[in-house]
Amino acid sequence: MKKLIKSILALSIASATVVSCSQGNSQETTSNSGALESDAASSVYVKPGEYDEFYALVSGGFSGQMSVYGLPSGRLFKVIPVFSLDAEKGYGFNEETKPMLNTSFGHIPWDDSHHPELSQTNGETDGRFVFINGNNTPRIAKIDLSTFETTEIIEIPNSGGNHSSPFTTENTEYVVAGTRFAVPYPQRDMPIKEYKGNFKGMLSYISVDKESGLMDLSFQILMPGFNYDLAHSGKGKSHGWTFFTTYNTEESGTLMEVGASQNDKDFIAAVNWKKAEEYIKQGKFKEVPVNYAHNRYDEHTHMATSVMKKTVRVLDPADCPGLVYFLPTPKSPHGVDVDPSGEYIVGNGKLSANLTVHSFTKVMKAIENESFAGDAYGIPILKMDEIIAGIVEQPGLGPLHTEFDGRGNAYTSFFITSEVVKWKLGTWEVVDRQPTYYSIGHLMIPGGDSKNPNGKYLVALNKITKDRYLPTGPEVTQSAQLFDISGEKMKLLLDFPTIGEPHYAQGIEASKIIPKSRKIYELEENKHPYGVQNESETKVVRDGNDVHVYMTMIRSHFAPDNIEGIKVGDNVYWHVTNLEQDYDVPHGFSVMGARNSEILVMPGQTETLLWKPQFEGVIPFYCTDFCSALHQEMQGYIRVSPKNSNTPLTWSLGEDDEEEL
Amino acid sequence: MKSLHKILMILGSALLLSLFVFPLWNITLEAPQYPTPLGMDIWITKLTGTNKGDIQNINLMNHYVGMKEITTEMKEFEIFPIVIAGMSILGILIGFSGKKNLFLGWFILILILGIAGMYDFYLWEYDYGHNLNPKAAIKIPGQAYQPPLIGSKKILNFNAISLPATGAYFMLTGLALTLTAYVVALKKERS
Repeated sequence: MKKLIKSILALSIASATVVSCSQGNSQETTSNSGALESDAASSVYVKPGEYDEFYALVSGGFSGQMSVYGLPSGRLFKVIPVFSLDAEKGYGFNEETKPMLNTSFGHIPWDDSHHPELSQTNGETDGRFVFINGNNTPRIAKIDLSTFETTEIIEIPNSGGNHSSPFTTENTEYVVAGTRFAVPYPQRDMPIKEYKGNFKGMLSYISVDKESGLMDLSFQILMPGFNYDLAHSGKGKSHGWTFFTTYNTEESGTLMEVGASQNDKDFIAAVNWKKAEEYIKQGKFKEVPVNYAHNRYDEHTHMATSVMKKTVRVLDPADCPGLVYFLPTPKSPHGVDVDPSGEYIVGNGKLSANLTVHSFTKVMKAIENESFAGDAYGIPILKMDEIIAGIVEQPGLGPLHTEFDGRGNAYTSFFITSEVVKWKLGTWEVVDRQPTYYSIGHLMIPGGDSKNPNGKYLVALNKITKDRYLPTGPEVTQSAQLFDISGEKMKLLLDFPTIGEPHYAQGIEASKIIPKSRKIYELEENKHPYGVQNESETKVVRDGNDVHVYMTMIRSHFAPDNIEGIKVGDNVYWHVTNLEQDYDVPHGFSVMGARNSEILVMPGQTETLLWKPQFEGVIPFYCTDFCSALHQEMQGYIRVSPKNSNTPLTWSLGEDDEEEL
Repeated sequence: MKSLHKILMILGSALLLSLFVFPLWNITLEAPQYPTPLGMDIWITKLTGTNKGDIQNINLMNHYVGMKEITTEMKEFEIFPIVIAGMSILGILIGFSGKKNLFLGWFILILILGIAGMYDFYLWEYDYGHNLNPKAAIKIPGQAYQPPLIGSKKILNFNAISLPATGAYFMLTGLALTLTAYVVALKKERS
């Protein structure tokens, strides 16, 4: 009996323990996640009608575009057409923007855009421009942040793919471009097996005019045939230098996943661009024949022009001592990131177990002492142990990119272990790590690569989403994740989908952009050669087979809206001016059978759609962007007569109603 | 002070000239889809938008209900400057003369002119609000679009606010000064 009581007692105690344990567990779990979720939800919630605190400018990856999000909400505001056609906005389809996509290969309708980079003044983001590289057909584009439109694209000659780009210097003196793929220099027909020594890598410096923002390919530096991956320019004490990571220092031309991964160390190339300026002044460059396009969009003519440039100045480090040094860095480093003070140069050795941090002071000392381990193609190689500031020991696998919070912490993305690791500058200790979903590439803190980071949020830009969102067939969304980094521990707040692959992004306080944001284009400043100022100037002019329609749009009609005398085989240029001078009143224009796109005309702007009527008939056209209560009635007709007809050229608006034009 | 009444009269009539520098009246139209309201400043010489483009945007909105286009050419813009400049000069001359009955006479005259001006403004508003194009796209039986003479009024989705502007306040101050000038002159005579 005693035994029975004992065993019952024991059993009940045990079960009670189990129950209480499990209760404890479940309570803990629910209360924890509950608190976290409600916290997270309220901290990314932006009330209807209110503004986000930050803009995030996110690369569109293989869409070739750039997207604009708000942070912390993760809401998408705009997709800016940059390197790819956009039928929605008429970009690359209308006559005005076609030249933007011109290259030495002719019209290119697509590219792969990777790294947005904001312009800086005194090492801080200034909200003037954002640049982005085109990786496939090497180019850099500039987007004006007063209009969020692409206003300039410059092609990079002597390059095999523009990846380590377009990172800026402290005052946007230059944005840089380094070739990802070494290619024969000069380009020629030759056996691939003879890569070594014959292929070259070119680093380019594109100057940005302080006032106009105009880009100009200032000079190039002829480098060994390594692959140049990423870059960042120095700041503060290291201002005047740019650091480029390299991989494939093995100079392998095939099966590079093996061939380019043999050396224990690759290099960070440290380029003294102030020295380069001196050498340019001294005339130590070669003027090399090239062919590249420089395309500009003018805000007053509302038209782009493309100019082919024919020469570039090339510096050879062999003739220019002190121009370039190699910093040995393990192993196939991807990102190279300079901390806000300019002292620490973080080499994110993609295939290394450790994270290597160089000291700029030590680099300068080693250069001063000429303490070199040797040279590569005449470029001095520094001794790694003499220049290292510290090593973050085994922080994770696959470090790709590091940004800073301005409070002495660094945040590195680890691609293979899918995590963000927070560590301390100076002590090199890891203080926090958070998983990402999945396979993070770059990460971004607003101003995180500038002198003055705003360390409130961190955005993880992921490569893979798998099961994180509703499935949409084999192709699923790309995505980013928002972390709160204001506290000791990072806190995941939000997942949000992105356009294309979000390689890299830039973040900036909205207050730096809002006051400069344009609401309309001034009609009186419209200098488009086919633009008009009012309806009385509208007309239709025939010039052989070309017909120019000088048309206006205003709520809620086109002028003219009846056109006759057009013939099959004509080239009809619809030059459409939006007479509106009110915020958020664009009008669209489309005509049946147009084999290009619509045009979307902002207030005060003129755009041109080329239309080639193929058949006789009366063809309607209409406004595509809702504009007013009578938007549906904003429409018209154009009559197409046979090729040899004598229908007179006439145009009108509302003559039945005795209204004036 | 011996000539206080003169100074007040001269200053008061001179203040009328501020109407050449500041607008007399303002009409503002508020609606949810116009986070920055549309506005129109009425001067004695012209009409301007509170913000650039406002006149065009008001006309664009008005044309749906058949209101006439607001033009910046009106006969008032020829008459008003002459009347205001004339009255101001007359007032200044009267001020120098120091004759208190002329002070009062001037004040009564400008009051009459002011009332006439307001009546003209009312007629102008009435015409715009009632004289609608029969071919208007949107017709609402019995609906008129006349903004208030002074104060605010709900017109469909808009709240129309009509108030004196900077110039009017200067003018009213001027009128108060001329009346004070008369009172000062009167007191002086009695003492």
